[in-house]
Amino acid sequence: MIKFLKSIFEKLIEGTLFLSSTITTLAIVLIIIFLFKEGIGTFNQTPIEDGFSLVVNKNNPINELSAPEIKNIFDQNITNWKTVGGKNDSITLFNLDNIGEFYSDSAIGENFEFLPQCISDYTEKNPGVVAFVSTRYTEKGFTGKILTTPKVKVTEFISQKEWFPTAQPAAQLGVLPLILGTLWVSFGAILIALPLGLSTSIYMAEIASPKIRNILKPLIELLAGIPSVVYGFFGLVVIVPEIQKLFNLPVGETALAGSIVLAIMALPTIITISEDALRTTPKSMKEASLALGANKWQTIYRVVIPYSGSGITAATILGIGRAIGETMAVLMVTGNAAVIPHSFLEPVRTIPATIAAELGEAPQGGLHYKALFALGCILFIITMAINLIVGYISSKKKYNAK
Amino acid sequence: MKNIITTDKVNLFYGESQALKDITLDFLPNTVTALIGPSGCGKSTYLRLFNRMNDLIDNVKITGNITVEGENIYQKDTNIVELRRKVGMVFQKPNPFPKSIFENVAYGLRVNGVNEMSVLKEKVEFSLKQAALWDEVKDKLKKSAFELSGGQQQRLCIARALAIEPSIVLMDEPASALDPISTAKIEELIYELKSKYTIVIVTHNLQQAGRVSDYTAFFYLGELIEKGITKELFINPKNIKTQNYITGRFG
Ligand SMILES: Nc1ncnc2c1ncn2[C@@H]1O[C@H](COP(=O)(O)OP(=O)(O)OP(=O)(O)O)[C@@H](O)[C@H]1O
Ligand SMILES: [Mg+2]
Repeated sequence: MIKFLKSIFEKLIEGTLFLSSTITTLAIVLIIIFLFKEGIGTFNQTPIEDGFSLVVNKNNPINELSAPEIKNIFDQNITNWKTVGGKNDSITLFNLDNIGEFYSDSAIGENFEFLPQCISDYTEKNPGVVAFVSTRYTEKGFTGKILTTPKVKVTEFISQKEWFPTAQPAAQLGVLPLILGTLWVSFGAILIALPLGLSTSIYMAEIASPKIRNILKPLIELLAGIPSVVYGFFGLVVIVPEIQKLFNLPVGETALAGSIVLAIMALPTIITISEDALRTTPKSMKEASLALGANKWQTIYRVVIPYSGSGITAATILGIGRAIGETMAVLMVTGNAAVIPHSFLEPVRTIPATIAAELGEAPQGGLHYKALFALGCILFIITMAINLIVGYISSKKKYNAK
Repeated sequence: MKNIITTDKVNLFYGESQALKDITLDFLPNTVTALIGPSGCGKSTYLRLFNRMNDLIDNVKITGNITVEGENIYQKDTNIVELRRKVGMVFQKPNPFPKSIFENVAYGLRVNGVNEMSVLKEKVEFSLKQAALWDEVKDKLKKSAFELSGGQQQRLCIARALAIEPSIVLMDEPASALDPISTAKIEELIYELKSKYTIVIVTHNLQQAGRVSDYTAFFYLGELIEKGITKELFINPKNIKTQNYITGRFG
């Protein structure tokens, strides 16, 4: 009887374990599916807001305009139809707010009931016109031509340089500055954190006396538990002004500030994991090196580091992972300008910071909202790619040790 | 013949506990001496005196006089790197470096400043031949040392120790982790190396001590109980403790 109960109990535990691992896996898969489903939705939409359209004169040979073209036309950077492949004719912008200048109140009607006719009329009379109007006005009896706007393309999404997701008439969804911003800040962080972290871990694993190590290790682990807002705040009040002073800049919120804050945040991960890795080097292997007449440094450099190479790479990946995905601290210190950075001393904006800052304002289900999810997908893909590449390199290194 | 290693009234303490007690023992050049005795009796500790590996352990205190090739090796100005070039060591478990076969053997040369490829190649080949491994690995010198079998790895470690041309080779249970065939190969090797090197080998395998060594020293609880020509010691031990040990009554 007891035996029977015991076996039931064991089955129960087994079932619970199985269930929790299944649920975890399922949750992860669901999150990824959700992310990509929303993100891919971006590419089913046009950059023009639903319910609006661009209209031109019916004799205008142009049939469609891309988002950057639309922006340049409305910013009056493009003033001739020839630039976008049309006739040599200057572009007339028409704004609905100014309709009173061309038509009397009675022509428009008391309740704007004749507005569609007016718009239709205006477009007919002005061959170079382009107007951004509600589709309500272009339904029946409209004689102008309604331009189509191509759907957002993946290649454009990635390669275009302007990020104005709420721009009118056409949202500008170029994520290149954000991708580059993310890479710059993360790369800088690794550049700072890796040498620092590696030397600290070597010091702790190979050189420090147990007493010093016992003080240092908990301290560093403590560093990992500080919320990222605190790091951001520290960066904002200490690092940002210092950078501004040091380099004599108009603003201190720069990629460099982000990199420094991220480096500090990634350090505990890099140090603890690579220290653990360094410690796995068998004592006998170090002794073999010393017995061959190598000194301590030669042993560290030629045996200990190569032996723990894969652990150190893992530490680096996790460090990078934290750096790339980190949001709050970066949001606070990098200035968040969505422009392509040319140096570490310019403001940048990262993908996570963009998502965090904009998701609250983006109407759910809209283009902006979906574009932010697409950004999330890009972040996911970047992190995955780094993991795969580093994993591949370290696995190769292990078997063909140099 | 002059002794190549001498130890005179050597005591060693790990902190408070004494691991070696008043050991006086000498070694002749080009001989194989086996150190035997039950676990924990201080064989490894004694062996590691000769290349000062005990220096790596905190709180070790050593008294007495130890010389290698006529020189006291526990002086303030003793050049430890030089000493370790003279006294090579092979460990219990094969412990190749995470490098290629070639680089493993070249390691001792490289850390001692030899980087010329032609010299390295020549010495690596010579050492691998001496360790009876050349034929098995000559086509895959660039492969990782971890791809070798345990027995091959141990012979690689022997080649690695021989590459810097020591005059003494210390072996701490070099075959205890190996299968019988690999063990036989290592034993054969030890026998051949004798003409060029002085070998001190720790072993728990009494048959092995009998097969490879000229002299045998029996340790018990940190003391040297008896030393003699191997055959005589096994056939006719003078001390009752030695007799008990070799007849398998303890240890
Ligand atoms: N690093 C150390 N710190 C403190 N005590 C040690 C240390 N190394 C060895 N000892 C002690 O010294 C004594 C001798 O150890 P040693 O390793 O020399 O024995 P051994 O004869 O080689 O044993 P085995 O046959 O098991 O290898 C043992 O009592 C051991 O506990
Ligand atoms: Mg031992």
